[in-house]
Formats: sequence, C-alpha cells, structure tokens
Amino acid sequence: MPYPTDRKYTKEHEWITPDGTIGITNHAQDSLGDIVFVELPKVGTEIAAGKPFGTVESVKAVSDLYAPVSGTVTAANEVLATAPEQVNKDAHRAWMVKIKVKDPAEMNALLSAADYEKFVSEEAEH
Amino acid sequence: MSVVEATPIVRKTALNAVHRQMGAKMVDFNGWDMPVEYPASIGCGIVAEHLAVRTGVGIFDVSHMGDIRLAGPEALAAVQHISMNDASRLAIGQAQYSALLYPQGTFVDDVIVHRLGEDEYLLVINAGTREKDFNWVRDNTRQFNCAVENLSDDFTQIAIQGPKAVDLMEKLNAGVDVPFRDPNVRAPFQKLAIRADFRSVKFYWVTHGIMLCMTGNVRRYDQNVLVARTGYTAEDGFEIYVPADEWISAFVWDGLLAAGKEFGVVPCGLGARNTLRLEGKLPLYGHEISDTINVWEAGLDRFCKMEKPDFIGREALEKAKTEGVKKTLVGLEMIDRGIARDGYKILDEAGREIGYVTSGSPAPFLKKNIALAYVPPSQAAVGTTVRVEIRGQSVKAQVVPTPFYRRPKKT
Repeated sequence: MPYPTDRKYTKEHEWITPDGTIGITNHAQDSLGDIVFVELPKVGTEIAAGKPFGTVESVKAVSDLYAPVSGTVTAANEVLATAPEQVNKDAHRAWMVKIKVKDPAEMNALLSAADYEKFVSEEAEH
Repeated sequence: MSVVEATPIVRKTALNAVHRQMGAKMVDFNGWDMPVEYPASIGCGIVAEHLAVRTGVGIFDVSHMGDIRLAGPEALAAVQHISMNDASRLAIGQAQYSALLYPQGTFVDDVIVHRLGEDEYLLVINAGTREKDFNWVRDNTRQFNCAVENLSDDFTQIAIQGPKAVDLMEKLNAGVDVPFRDPNVRAPFQKLAIRADFRSVKFYWVTHGIMLCMTGNVRRYDQNVLVARTGYTAEDGFEIYVPADEWISAFVWDGLLAAGKEFGVVPCGLGARNTLRLEGKLPLYGHEISDTINVWEAGLDRFCKMEKPDFIGREALEKAKTEGVKKTLVGLEMIDRGIARDGYKILDEAGREIGYVTSGSPAPFLKKNIALAYVPPSQAAVGTTVRVEIRGQSVKAQVVPTPFYRRPKKT
C-alpha cells in the first residue's frame, strides 16, 4: 500500500497531516494485527512531541501512541471506541486525534512518505 | 585469539519454510520461531483464525510440543510415580490430562498421557519445558524397568481443530488431490490419504492411521501415523503425529488445507491458539501453572488422584489440602472498558493489591474481555467485583463462572 504524500510520518509509525490530524500507519496496523481497543486523550489535553498520548491494543499486544509534534487536542475520533477495526481496514483514513499544532516548525523534523517507506523496509531487514 | 560468540539457537519446526511462504507473522516462542498469525490477505489474523476454529476448522503446527515415550514391564508404575492422574485407568488407546509435579506439589509441567500399548505410554509435553521435563522423567524413573526415550524431534505434530475437524479428516480418509507447491519446500506428490476411522475415535482416545502419498496411482510413500482426538482449543479435533521430515510434513500440511477447503479451513498461529485455550480455561505453563503454584490453587483437583499409589508431590498436596489455599484461580470478565493483560495487578474495592492476572485477552468468540487471575479464596465467589490495574487506572471486573466457553453438545 502506498503511503500518502499529503502528510508526514514518525519512526514510531504515526502520521500527521499539515492541519494536525494524527493516525497510525498501514505498516503499524499490519504489525499489530486485529485492533480491538483504542484509548485516546480528551479534547483539550496537551500532548508533547515524542511522548505517549494514548494506546492502541490488538488481541495480542498493547502499543503506545506517540505524538509526532506538540499541540492541544481539538478532537478525538469517537468512532474508534466502538469500531476500532476501522484502523485495520484503512489506517490512513481512520484518524485518532486532531490537534492544534503548537509549533509548525516541528513538522520539518518528521519523515516524508518516501523516507518512511524506506525506514520500514530497512527495519524489516533486521 | 579468536572469540567465538555464542548465538542463541532459534529452533524451527519442519514446517517453518511453509509458514514463511504463507506470509505468517513469526515470533520467538520459548526459543522456537513460530507463526503467531497468518496474513489477512489469505483470510487470516487472530480473530478470523479463532472464529474458524469455533465455527469450522483450523489447523495448527504444534510440532514444538515434546514427546516422551516410556516402554517396558514397569512403564505403568513409572508413569504412576511421576504423574498425578491415575494412568492405571487407561485402556490401550486412551489418553488423559495429567501433570508432572515437584515434591512440593507444584508443577514441572502439564502433560497428556497416552497409553499406546500394553506397556507403552507417550507423554506429550510443552515446548518451553522439553529438556526440563525429559530430564525430570528420566531421573525420576531410574528405579523402574522401563526405557525412557525423548521422541520430541521425531514428529511433526499438527492439530486439526473445530466442529468440522472430523469432516476434514474423513475427506482425507478418502484421499485428496494436493495442489502443487515449490518442490524446494515440499515433496512433489499429487495425492494424500490418511486412512483411519476418524469418526469413531472418542475424545481423548488415540488410534493409528496409515498415511499414503501418491503420484497418479503410484504409492510413493507409506507411513503409520498416530491420530489422537485431543487438542488445546476447547473444541472437537485431532492431533496427528507424522514423521518430522520437512518434505513430507509440508505435503501433509498442504493436504490438510486441500481436504478442508470446502469447510473453510484456515491455518492458525499461536495467537489464536492462546485465545482459544483461554476461552476454554485450559491452563498454560508459566501462567496458570508453574513451579510456584500447586494443584489445589490451580483448581486441577479432578485430574489429581490422591487415592492412587504414591506419586511425587502427593505428600505435600495432602498437607496443603489441610492447610487450605491462599490463592485460587478465577475467571474474570471486564465490566468497564479495558483489557486485562498477563501480569496486571488485581485490587480489591479499597484499592489493596490482592492478586494478579495470569492470562488476559479479548475473547474473539465471546466478544468480551476476559482474564484468568489468582485471588484470595475470600474474593473468588462468582459475582465478586474486583479491580484490574491497567496502566495506572483501576478498571472494574467481575468474577464469572468458568470455563468462559464450553463447546455445544452434539445433537
């Protein structure tokens, strides 16, 4: 599956669009397997770049969600509370939270779609 | 001077190449490179695999399990001495769930004891405890006139599990065409049959079958195989023991998939194996049972026959029985949103730590979040509310009757 070029990626397998919508990558949903539970912060929560802001659980495992950049949560995707499998179906559409980005310059440090794809394929070789 | 680095040996079953070719996600399980789940692109994933076993049929590579054979005039006495169930009750061809115990009444391992012949027994043991178990059995049966053999590497063990398992096996009895696969991975035969009267084998009985591998009408390879009606999924099913040859094992695997096609068979990994056994409250070594947990705590009383002649662990168990247990295994169902995981703390309503989760997971068939946990007997009654500490939060759960899942009776 190609990685959309309209957004940036992290090495922890999250994506973020320029307007601050955050989700996990297709690679992440694939390695997690059947996702059964998503725990997201409330609107108004401050999240900090590189720090966990929620969790996503598959049948087998628990994984933290890491904030790509700092900001304030303006919306959490309520749909995922009852239909977490949406993330497996279309990870690049099933967003987790929307944030008001604190410092847009932080985005520059993130990976492009091409860089992320390269990162994932290199990781697979280990 | 040269330094030779000791690299950990990762063990592989004879089906390893097949799993990889099918795109399975592989994990290290007790030193074994095993499939945890197969890809969604072939209709798999833990949930799909789990549901296939509850409603249809799934096949599992369980070759990492070990096998110990005891044979000789005093084989029964030896088995009786080292195991807690009463093997003298076994007819030839019958099997029982049992356990090897330490003198403290705690677990070396849980086992299935098969009586294969007049003086011949086969113990099927866990992967992670293979060496420990074999050494234990050998060292504790020296006084008996019987041979103890480790056959763990001799077999590819495949579990065929689910309400349609018997239909799949009957199909195999008749013989199936096996689609071609890369001959580097698999013997290039065309047809597989395993001849046995599958339907008449009762649960926890074992029989012998004859495996025939054919090309056209030419029999290319014949072999006796052991067929047991056992499993670890809380469903009907079989476990077959074929020679641990990669070429043959892969051919049998493909043959099972071909025979099960019309019943919607899927390959299943260790992920589904775990959720299936958890719904059925089947214990897992290192979780519900271990060298620090005794038989009474684990609630396995009905497999422990105190009235039979002496066995290792009995004296301690007698003492433990009069003293009473301090912890007992219960089933929990999450009431609030959250999933209890292995090792999470159990708290009482006042927030005091009272126990721990041994296994916890979403239950794909029951569609609930369930767990097994050790708690004090005072908190073990069905309906008791407890708390599970999940990432610093106290989440409500309730003690429920177990097993969580019981397979429907045949009509």
